[in-house]
Amino acid sequence: MAECILEMRDIVKEFPGVRVLKNVNFSVEKGSIHALVGENGAGKSTLMNVLGGVYPHGTYTGDIVFDGRVCEFKNIKDSEKTGIAIIHQELALIPYLSIGENLFLGNECAKNNQIDWDLTYDNAKKLMAKVGLKEDPNTLIKDISVGKQQLVEIAKALGKDARLLILDEPTAALTETDSRHLLDLLLELKKNGVTCILISHKLNEITEVSDAITILRDGSTIETMVKGKDEITEDQIIKGMVGREMTEMFPQRDCEIGEVAFEIQNWSADDPLTAGKKLLDNVNMKVHKGEVVGIAGLMGAGRTELALSLFGRLYGNNIHGRILKDGREIDTHTVENAIRNKVAYVTEDRKNAGLILMDDICMNITLSSLQKISKNHVIDMDVESQTAEKYRAKLNIKSHSIHQRVGNLSGGNQQKVVLSKWIMTDPDVLILDEPTRGIDVGAKYEIYTIINQLASEGRCIILISSELPEVLGMSDRVYVMNEGKVVGELSREEAKAETVMQCIMANKSMGA
Amino acid sequence: MANLTEKSKKSSLNIRQYSMLVALVVIMALFQVLTNGILLKPQNVTNLILQNSYVIVLAVGMLLCIVSSGAIDLSVGSVVAFIGALLGVMIVQHGMNVWLAIVIALLVGALIGVWQGFWIAYVRIPAFIVTLAGMMIFRGLTQYVLQGMTLTPFPKEFLAITSGFLPNIGGGELNLTAFLLGAACIVIYILSEIKKLQSKKKRGFSLPSAGAFWGKIVLVAAAIALFTIWLAFYKGIPILLVILLILVVVYSFYTSKTVPGRHLYAMGGNEKAAVLSGINTKKALFYTFVNMGVLAALGGIVFTSRLQAATPTAGQGFEMDAIAACYIGGASAMGGSGTIVGAVIGALVMGVLNNGLSIMGVGSDITQTIKGLVLLAAVIFDVVSKKKAEQA
Repeated sequence: MAECILEMRDIVKEFPGVRVLKNVNFSVEKGSIHALVGENGAGKSTLMNVLGGVYPHGTYTGDIVFDGRVCEFKNIKDSEKTGIAIIHQELALIPYLSIGENLFLGNECAKNNQIDWDLTYDNAKKLMAKVGLKEDPNTLIKDISVGKQQLVEIAKALGKDARLLILDEPTAALTETDSRHLLDLLLELKKNGVTCILISHKLNEITEVSDAITILRDGSTIETMVKGKDEITEDQIIKGMVGREMTEMFPQRDCEIGEVAFEIQNWSADDPLTAGKKLLDNVNMKVHKGEVVGIAGLMGAGRTELALSLFGRLYGNNIHGRILKDGREIDTHTVENAIRNKVAYVTEDRKNAGLILMDDICMNITLSSLQKISKNHVIDMDVESQTAEKYRAKLNIKSHSIHQRVGNLSGGNQQKVVLSKWIMTDPDVLILDEPTRGIDVGAKYEIYTIINQLASEGRCIILISSELPEVLGMSDRVYVMNEGKVVGELSREEAKAETVMQCIMANKSMGA
Repeated sequence: MANLTEKSKKSSLNIRQYSMLVALVVIMALFQVLTNGILLKPQNVTNLILQNSYVIVLAVGMLLCIVSSGAIDLSVGSVVAFIGALLGVMIVQHGMNVWLAIVIALLVGALIGVWQGFWIAYVRIPAFIVTLAGMMIFRGLTQYVLQGMTLTPFPKEFLAITSGFLPNIGGGELNLTAFLLGAACIVIYILSEIKKLQSKKKRGFSLPSAGAFWGKIVLVAAAIALFTIWLAFYKGIPILLVILLILVVVYSFYTSKTVPGRHLYAMGGNEKAAVLSGINTKKALFYTFVNMGVLAALGGIVFTSRLQAATPTAGQGFEMDAIAACYIGGASAMGGSGTIVGAVIGALVMGVLNNGLSIMGVGSDITQTIKGLVLLAAVIFDVVSKKKAEQA
């Protein structure tokens, strides 16, 4: 049995009201590549943040043993000094500084606070050679590709003598060749004795490079599979990731599903960030009256982008395709037009894009329907209060009055305010993007009940969610999206966690 | 329950404004004592209004900029000077009809607003930079137009904008017009309050107690009466006061009661959310700056009329007075909150400080220092009280 470089014992981490990690046990062998997999929200990032000192010692319980010593990290610096480096999905590089400057940021080659630039760039070249990065160290970060930026991050970690490298979804934003290069580099580093923890959704990559795989689900470690000892297949990993008992989490809905009322035809768009990359590729969807249609997919599958591109064309370049409502093409070029055509979109980012936190409940609810409560552009304040009061009662928004600031409400009640705002516009088509993100279980049930109520009124509901059980539990039909394409359409009976994952994986291996 | 609703609304929304009003009254009382009663003499009250008129005009426009995006317009002082220079050339040099010249001046103000608003709203150049450039551009153009000269004299009808008073109907010792106007204001105020009450009654909302309702009416009516009587003792109602009142009432109504007004607060509070709610934020921001241009031109007209001359150095630092007035009056530097009435109160606080200290013979050095401290104190008070409210 080889020596363990890292052991995490009985890690428990709680946020107010939620236990995110429940007794996680996780150990990594020295000089191996260890994959950590799990659904969105399974607790992977939280676990890594505990390890990286983002959540200091004392805010969690359990022990971290690194290289045989118990560690109590107070901050990120502490864990870095010990030899742990985390490379996050959002790279932490300064775009307007050069590669060389970034490599030694916070770790400058300096004497008496005077930077020795010759030494800096000399060392930079050595580090860059280690990761196979062929660029002039004077090049600015903003001028190199994401794949190369990823290499800079790794080089930077090596420059700090990192012995344990943690990569969070390193290949999510990379092209096929860049991903290949990165995986080869990891294997190369392994030969030189660097240990890696790899967090990824791409199971084919994981099964290829990793020596062991740990599956995390609902904040607990489910199992650890070791190469050579256990049989590792993608199917087995998927089963471990989603194999959760479905209990009475979702209220019953019995309502009649009518004819097709909303249709997306041949909808395509280009990625505004990467030239030449398709953001959405010929998406076709139909929604019937009174139907809840779920869109499942991994992060970055293009679900939110689809919603934003059709709601006022807020995201994506060169958007084309047709949107039909009740058989007639409608114009959704601007948000105003979309609302006028009775389409509504509830954003996934409640705090930053859904609410005006400094304003009160009343103002937030009426914001998209001010014309309804005004005459000649003059708002009737009494009608406004009355309307807001009506929704507060109807959706059971817990607050001491309609004039409470929404910034002071809980997540569930904030979400009810956003829903009220859109229900007030009386939409025929309601797109819900992550409607229960960051909401406790009780409030989730209430939101589900509201969704059912809206569907029974004959509205079309499109439900986007990263929580697969939610999509499966709430939807009459599920579209599976991956890399901007619809890769599967499943009826309520067909839709299971396994079938959804299979649709995604089938598409992935096709692309690979 | 509903009664609670009304109360909490008042206390949460207006606490800052009330406290500034109280501060204004305290400052006025203080200077009334320190100046041995000169501050509130009828003649000085009239003076106070005329002296601060341009700050109030500019602060109204500035408040919309701050509310809608947290942006400030640094160019207004230069625009005031530039408009003054144009008026000088048109009226003094070319003898143009005064009213035609005023219309042209307002149009030029609008054009300046279009120019700056376009860059800010549609090309997304930070307002700070666009208006800093505007500050230099229009100061430069002023000097070019005037060639370093001061243009004077302006005809009487132009000067009457700031020095004129409403004609005294009775022609007697006391100014009857002032009395009548004051009475009219009181009647209109009472009628509107009663109408509001009836609308609430009709919808079954809880009503304020009779005591509170009439108490408020009596208080406001008394204030209006006292103010108009005071003015009547001097020369009556200045024409400029009428212009200012109309301006304040119209913009207050616009910001607090209309749909586009509400949109300004929404986009200032959270632009992303406003866009997703169907608000055309670019258009709204553009027109906010067009409006600022027009009001800066009005400020230029008023100031030139009061100065009785067009000079290259006019309007220096006016932008700072207007910005300070908004912040003292409770506007948030981040955007999304602030009221017209607050900005007017802010302007009056600074006006009274200026006036009171100058009557006491305090130099402009100390005056400037005190004004700075008051600005800082007002905002510190705001931030601290908000923090306390959040912890509670």
